[in-house]
Amino acid sequence: MSDKPRKFKGGVHPKDSKTLSASKPVQDAPLLDTYKVIMHQNIGAPPELVVKKGDLVKKGDLLAKAGGFVSVPLHAPTSGTVKAIDKCPGPTGMSVPAIEITADGEDEWGDALEPIVDWKTTDPADLKQRVWDAGIVGMGGAGFPTHVKLSPPDGKVIDTLILNGAECEPYLTADHRLMLEQAEDVALGAAIIARILGLKTAVIGVEENKPDAIAKLQEIAVKYNVTVQSLPVNYPQGAEKQLIYAITGREVPIGKLPMDVNCVVQNVASAVAVAEAVVKGRPSIDRITTVTGKPVVNPGNWRFRIGTPIEKALELVGGVNTQPAKLLLGGPMMGIAQKSLGVTVMKNTSGILLVAADEVSLYTSEPCIRCGRCVEVCPMSILPATISQAVENKRFDWAEELNVMACIECGSCSYVCPSHRPLNQHFKRGKIEIQAQLRKKK
Amino acid sequence: MSIALIAIIAAGVLGAVLGVIIGMVAKAFAVEVDERIEGVEERLPGANCGGCGFAGCADFAKAVVGERAKPGECPVAAPEDISNIAEYLGIVAEEKEKRVAVVRCSGDCANTVRSLYNGVCDCRSAVLVAGGAKGCDYGCLGFGSCADACPFGAIEIRDGLAVVHPELCVGCENCVAACPKDLILMVPAAVDVHVYCNSPEKGAVKRQVCRTACIGCRKCVKASGEEDHMLVDGFLIKTNYENPPQPDLVEASACPTSALRLGTKHAVGAYGGASK
Repeated sequence: MSDKPRKFKGGVHPKDSKTLSASKPVQDAPLLDTYKVIMHQNIGAPPELVVKKGDLVKKGDLLAKAGGFVSVPLHAPTSGTVKAIDKCPGPTGMSVPAIEITADGEDEWGDALEPIVDWKTTDPADLKQRVWDAGIVGMGGAGFPTHVKLSPPDGKVIDTLILNGAECEPYLTADHRLMLEQAEDVALGAAIIARILGLKTAVIGVEENKPDAIAKLQEIAVKYNVTVQSLPVNYPQGAEKQLIYAITGREVPIGKLPMDVNCVVQNVASAVAVAEAVVKGRPSIDRITTVTGKPVVNPGNWRFRIGTPIEKALELVGGVNTQPAKLLLGGPMMGIAQKSLGVTVMKNTSGILLVAADEVSLYTSEPCIRCGRCVEVCPMSILPATISQAVENKRFDWAEELNVMACIECGSCSYVCPSHRPLNQHFKRGKIEIQAQLRKKK
Repeated sequence: MSIALIAIIAAGVLGAVLGVIIGMVAKAFAVEVDERIEGVEERLPGANCGGCGFAGCADFAKAVVGERAKPGECPVAAPEDISNIAEYLGIVAEEKEKRVAVVRCSGDCANTVRSLYNGVCDCRSAVLVAGGAKGCDYGCLGFGSCADACPFGAIEIRDGLAVVHPELCVGCENCVAACPKDLILMVPAAVDVHVYCNSPEKGAVKRQVCRTACIGCRKCVKASGEEDHMLVDGFLIKTNYENPPQPDLVEASACPTSALRLGTKHAVGAYGGASK
């Protein structure tokens, strides 16, 4: 491992606006009357419901069990009654099944998981089972079940564990605060994950715009045999493939996974969830989310239970001072626009961002002027301009030839395009159409 | 003799020899073409819409002559065209019922709640952003993916809503797969009474986002008596296309949201979206 990280090709430098919330310590959100826990919070199969209407549940009790290997169980965010198995607006805009829980105000823990204090001597398979039982998913945004990443298929050797603390997305400071305030848990989580993978060490990659977090981690991580690597500030530094390149110099080929270059990448928040699941027996029922943006009266970092409606979350933080024009779940680059305040916090909701009307510009998509800026900034070295034209003309076969499937949807191309072409949206469409065609062929 | 003359004579001789060879080969390896294929193709509409499932009209004509398809499988051809083809081939044409598309949504801009959307003007792309910028998760987005897919210009986008003109629709079904909300239903052309709503939500929820949604009040079910002309599916009423109602049902039931409409009148904008 070199001391100086490599710089990946491309990338952009959007205004990071992190000062709004970077200095605000994480606060625990007070208990609400009602939580609406969205059923399907992970990539892969949805979990299977194990409670019914009227059931009494304790905090941390199982609400739904894993519906397959690539699926995770779901736990109650607080104690109370299952009021309904209903629908609630999902993050993609469509209504999705959700479990409504009326809190009893006691917030009493059930006795679902036993703490594993002596994790250093516990069988790695048991630790991995615990990660699964605790319902942990990738908390950086994708929501991919963590235990699946920790189960490389036979023949795949893992030699590097990377913890992703880059947090390159503008506005978001949830991981920053987490690394600062729970540095011990981050390092502990890294050590536990390393043990599951049969490794001795791990690397935490942090963008150098968080010097306090880097210093704090460096001080603590030594104890756990974990190193900290500061990374240059360049969006999307926190994208899995770019992070692997920066730290190890290995390039993940198109269509391949990090494990194909012997790496596993986990978000720092996932690592903390792993640490808590193992040593405290605590399932994944809450997360730190940054609530920020110009219209927010009091931007900050909050620990919300899963199932907290965004509307309530905004009330808790003191509301808004101007009518926001846009609501995004996640950051401004990759966050998903919402049309309803009824969406609830999920395991992968890293940020709630409100954008004021004077910060939003309405654009018309103009013809491409072939300036090549999108090609320059594309971290995956594909040709955004040409692919967007292929998709616009419904030539999905051509888009596939041009490797649209390699696109990580970071939005750098849309960010720099002087013709304001909605490039990223074209790629999302292209990827979905190609996947649909593949499914049809099967 | 000049060089030019030699060249001309040589080229001429070479041309003549090759011509004779080509002529002989063409005779020896002639491919027999069934001239009926051309005959059938001439009698087909020639729109190459692909509605039959073949690569185009020529491919379909080949299939018909090869008895792999029946003339009636062309969704576009009028009954007289089909009997014409059947007569030409000396086979018996099957009776076929003409079907037309219905976009089961009446939520135009004037009557629905919409968010501001600034992106690709195509339904299948727009649906990727928060499921489409319409308050109703199930309604027509109005960017016209179906109209683009229609080779016959039978779908009009009017005030943010796709409207089918039944007299232009030939039933090729190209629009059905284009709609990301699965709103388009193929129905018998003889039926004119349709419910222009496809949201399974509760009535009150629908009313919050759309003034012309079917709220499941069942007035039309009652007005149709005990005939089962209208079917109740949760909070949504559907026309029973197996046993369709008469056009006068629309007036008789006085639908409070005007979700129950006559397809022909809806096509010409007779409802205007005015809601009580």
